[in-house]
This record gives sequence, C-alpha cells and structure tokens, in this order.
Amino acid sequence: MGSNSLHVLKGINFSVQEGELVSIMGSSGSGKSTLLNILGMLDEADSGSYTLDGLPIKNLNEKIAARYRNKFLGFIFQSFNLISYKSALDNVALPLYYQGVKRSERIDIAMAYLEKVGLAKWSGHLPNELSGGQKQRVAIARALASNPKVLLADEPTGALDTKTSYEVMDLIQGINDEGRTILVVTHEHDIAQMTKRIVNLKDGLIIDDTRVDQIRALSNV
Amino acid sequence: MFDIERWQEIFETISKNKLRTFLTGISVASGIFILVVLLGIGQGMQNGISSEFKGDAENILYIWTGVTTKEHKGLNPGRNIIMRNEDFNYTVAAHEDELEYKSSIYRIWNGIVNFGNESGSYRVEGVMPDYQFLENEAMLQGRYINEQDLKNFEKYVVIGRKVRDDLFKDGKDPIGEYVQISGINFKVIGVFSDPAGEREESRVFLPLGTAQRVFGGYDEIRNLSFTLKEEKNFEAALASSERFSAELEAYLKEKHTIAPDDNSAVSINNSLENAKRFYDLMDMIRFFFWGVGICTIIAGIVGVSNIMLIIVKERTKEIGVRKALGAQPLSIIGMVLHESIFVTTIAGFAGLIFSLALLEFVGPLIETQYISNPSVNFNVAISTVFILIVAGALAGFFPARRAAKIKPIVALRDE
Repeated sequence: MGSNSLHVLKGINFSVQEGELVSIMGSSGSGKSTLLNILGMLDEADSGSYTLDGLPIKNLNEKIAARYRNKFLGFIFQSFNLISYKSALDNVALPLYYQGVKRSERIDIAMAYLEKVGLAKWSGHLPNELSGGQKQRVAIARALASNPKVLLADEPTGALDTKTSYEVMDLIQGINDEGRTILVVTHEHDIAQMTKRIVNLKDGLIIDDTRVDQIRALSNV
Repeated sequence: MFDIERWQEIFETISKNKLRTFLTGISVASGIFILVVLLGIGQGMQNGISSEFKGDAENILYIWTGVTTKEHKGLNPGRNIIMRNEDFNYTVAAHEDELEYKSSIYRIWNGIVNFGNESGSYRVEGVMPDYQFLENEAMLQGRYINEQDLKNFEKYVVIGRKVRDDLFKDGKDPIGEYVQISGINFKVIGVFSDPAGEREESRVFLPLGTAQRVFGGYDEIRNLSFTLKEEKNFEAALASSERFSAELEAYLKEKHTIAPDDNSAVSINNSLENAKRFYDLMDMIRFFFWGVGICTIIAGIVGVSNIMLIIVKERTKEIGVRKALGAQPLSIIGMVLHESIFVTTIAGFAGLIFSLALLEFVGPLIETQYISNPSVNFNVAISTVFILIVAGALAGFFPARRAAKIKPIVALRDE
C-alpha cells in the first residue's frame, strides 16, 4: 500500500451475458486479479463504469458495497478463506446471516447447498478436518448460499491437485449449467478450456477474447 | 443489543475460541480480584489500627509539672514546680464555657491500704467527681465521690475491682466497710471497673480535699485533667483543644515564673493531637492502597487493551472474509465490541464475586492485631468493574474500526 500509483488496468472493455462461464487468463501481473476485485466490488476502478444487471456500480461507500456484494456476488478464493472456527454448515450459512435470514431457515438453506456440493455428511466438521477439495466445495456452497447473480472465482483450483481441480471444475460447470453466470480467474490452460469463453489479459489490456468449445471436466477425471 | 441472532453469533464465536476468551477473561477477573482484595485488606488494616487506638483516642487533656531546666527572671533552673488549687480554680473560671469535665488530682504513688489482715500497695488519688468520666470508670457497686463528699472532706474511698478482690476475700461486700490507708480509716462507698483493665483497677480514689489534708498536701495538686465540650467536627475539636492547651501552658508558665521555652516544667498531653496523628496515618494507609489499586486498574486496562489488539489483529482475515460475504463495517465493529464487552462483563463480575466471597469467608479468619474485618465498599468495586468494561470496549473499538475500514481484499491477503 505504498503511495506510488501503478496503472494495472489500462482500458478494459468487456461485457458478460447472463449464464456465461468466462475464464480470465493472463500471466501474473497482467491485471486479472485486479479486474476480478473491481468486478467483486472489493476494489474500485479509478475511472470507467461498471454496470451489473442494469445497476450502475459507482460511488460505493463501504456500506453499500457490502450490501451489493452480499446480494449480487458470490466469492470463491484460491485459499478457500473459510472461517476456521466455524463448521462447514455455519460457514455456508454466514452470507445468509448478513442478509438477515433467521437461524433455522439459514441452517436449512445452508444444508441444501452442502447437499448440492455433496458434503451433507460433513456439515458438522471444521474446515481443518476437510481435504482441500472439500474445503473448496464448502466455499462454493457458501458462495451460492446467498443466491447471487454472479460467482467470482479467483484461482479456485490454484491450491488443488489436478484430479481435485477437475472435480471442482465439474461442480462449477454444473452450477453454470443451471444458468448462473460465473467468472473464473486462472492461469491454467486446461482449466480455462473447461469454460465457455476465454479472455486473455496482458499488461492491463485484453489481447484476446474467444469463445471455446467447453471441455467437460468429468471426461478428464 | 437484544438481537438474538447477534447473540447466537457471539456465543458461537466465544465457545469456539475458548483460549482467547479465557485470556481476556482472566486478565479482567484477576485485575478486579487483586483490586478488591487489596482494598479489602486496606480497610481491614484501617479497622485493625483504629480499634488498636480506640482506648486512647479520647479528647482528654492531662497536665503535669516537673523541674525547670532554664534560668528565668533571675531564678535558677532546677526548681520543682508545684501546682496549687488556685491554678485549677483560675483555669475553670477562665474557660468555663469550653470545659466539659474537669478535675485536679493529688496523688500518693504507693499508699499501703489494708483491711483486716489483708493489705496491698496501690495508687491513692484525691480527685473530684468529674474524674469518673475523665477516666471512664464504671461503677460496679455503690457510688463515686460526689460534690458533697468534697465539700465536707469526707473520709470516703472508692476502690478498684482489683483492690476489692485483693482485700475483701470470700466475696465479702466492701460497701460500708472501713479500710486503712496509712493507718487512717476510710469508708468504702463504691467499687469501679476500668476499660483499661487490672492496672487501672489497682487504684483507690478519695475526695481531693481529704487527700490533701490527710497526706499533707495542703493545697498542692499533682495534675490537672480536662475534657473540652464537643465540637461539630474533628478539625474544630482539635483547634479548640490546641488553643486551650496553649493558653493553659502560657498561664501556668507565667504564674510559676517559668521560661516560655522551658518544655520540661509544664507538660500537657493532648489526646486529640495523638488522635490527629492517628487519623493522618489512616489517611496515608488509605492513600497507599488507593494508589496501588489505581495502578492495578491501569495494569488491567493495559492488559485488556493488549489482548483486544491481538484479537482484532488475529481476526483480520476473518473480517476480510466476512466483508466479502457482505458484512457491513458497523456490524464488524459491533461484533468485536459485543464480544469484548460480554467477556469483560462476565469475567469482571466473576472476579468481583470471587473476591467478595474470599473477603466474606476467609476475611474473618485472618483477624490479627493490625487487620480486622477486611471488607470493601461495594460501590467502589462495582465502578471498578465498569471502568474495566469500558476500557475493554474502548481498547477493542479502535482496532475494530481500523479492521472494518481495511479493504476486504487487503484483509484477505493477510496471512
């Protein structure tokens, strides 16, 4: 957080339709994480506009940003970022707590999503009792719990081995099949090939934006 | 505050983070505990010392004369100063409005008193009726010397309990019997007891004038003893008694031609001055314990603050996650504060209750000469708990606010 400013993104013009599964690729320093952070309202662009579902996202204060994040966005992180002292179920229920959903209802919804990612039996376990793949699946369930418009995944398979990566991608593909918009930041080509569109970033500019034939993750497992 | 969801969240956090909770709690609880016990012991010490001084802390003034040590107005040092009846009469006349009890005393140190075959050596004192109150004598039998006895130079005696027990064997009633002092018969009219016990009960009192006549004192007196009328507070009482003793001393020195700076010829023992020293000591003790207590609170505040800083630091990443999931800054601050206030309150009162219980049950067992009935002002203890709670809340607030302000992305990077 030095005072030196550095222009990371230098003019990104890019739109995503509902139901798309987009991967954003690029070497480190290309600005892909910064783009995702701006999309995720975790960071703000110095200039330019950002419209989400017809809603202009601008002049955000912390409070409104928090509300939008809660309502519109689900995050999946490379390092999972589960709260270590909460059980899988409580982690999944946390976004709903911030939506003001009652506890019993929260638990029901969270349980449904855990079932969806195949971890219903692990609902009472703490994150450190789960494997990496399981943790990421809990994180995906958590991202889904608030029923967001967009899922933002920052290197979701970065900390996983190939087999587990493909399992996680299979889950992401399944969620996309249900019509949810998903953006995945990755630098792995095989992961990118499992999305429907690849956006290539280099030095803060889009150098390539192509639709690809999706490779189903399950066929690789 | 009464949001049940928030409470559930807090309870969950607390129950999942037992060590952290325990450490916060123990620093608050031990702070309160040490403070209360300290104040309790301070109070106990105060109680103990004040009961130790109680017998003496009356407002009695006691005057005696001695030998001059300085030449004055052509008179040599080494003169023996003897007070006379007129000294007493003058003082009483001059200070009539101020005096409460007054008596002059003529004394023979070792008077041989005997009844039948029993005899003993006792302090024999000629006194006035007020002397009963100056010395705090309580009558066990009969009566004390009265004005009539004094006026008529009656050969009556009032004897101490010890004297009665020595001379009147087999529980014989002494009232109306005659005892001999230096071979002269005196009629026993009363038996007294003294709060100071046996030493003070080995005395025999007779009317002043009778003593002076019988034992060759003529109009000599050995001591003067006075109490002053009650004042509305201690300071006023001390001031008037100091003024009175100064005036009395000046008069006696003038009358008996003593150098004003000759301190051994006239001595005045002012109990109130002793009492003042005693109260000053009390103040010092109280001051000391409060000082230590306040330092303890400060140490407690620093401890709580430290722990809160560490807790918030430790939770930075969690806070980032919560913010990414849609937690608003205020809810982050609320969460941290709610937890810290809850923990410090519970721990504070636990420490308070534990220390009060200790004072209540163990306190009476440590009854030593200088500590008695250790106890603590409940309001003081309660306010201390609240000070620590507020301190904990403040100490949590600033880092919590900072954490709530950090961009979630920065917090998430925090490893």
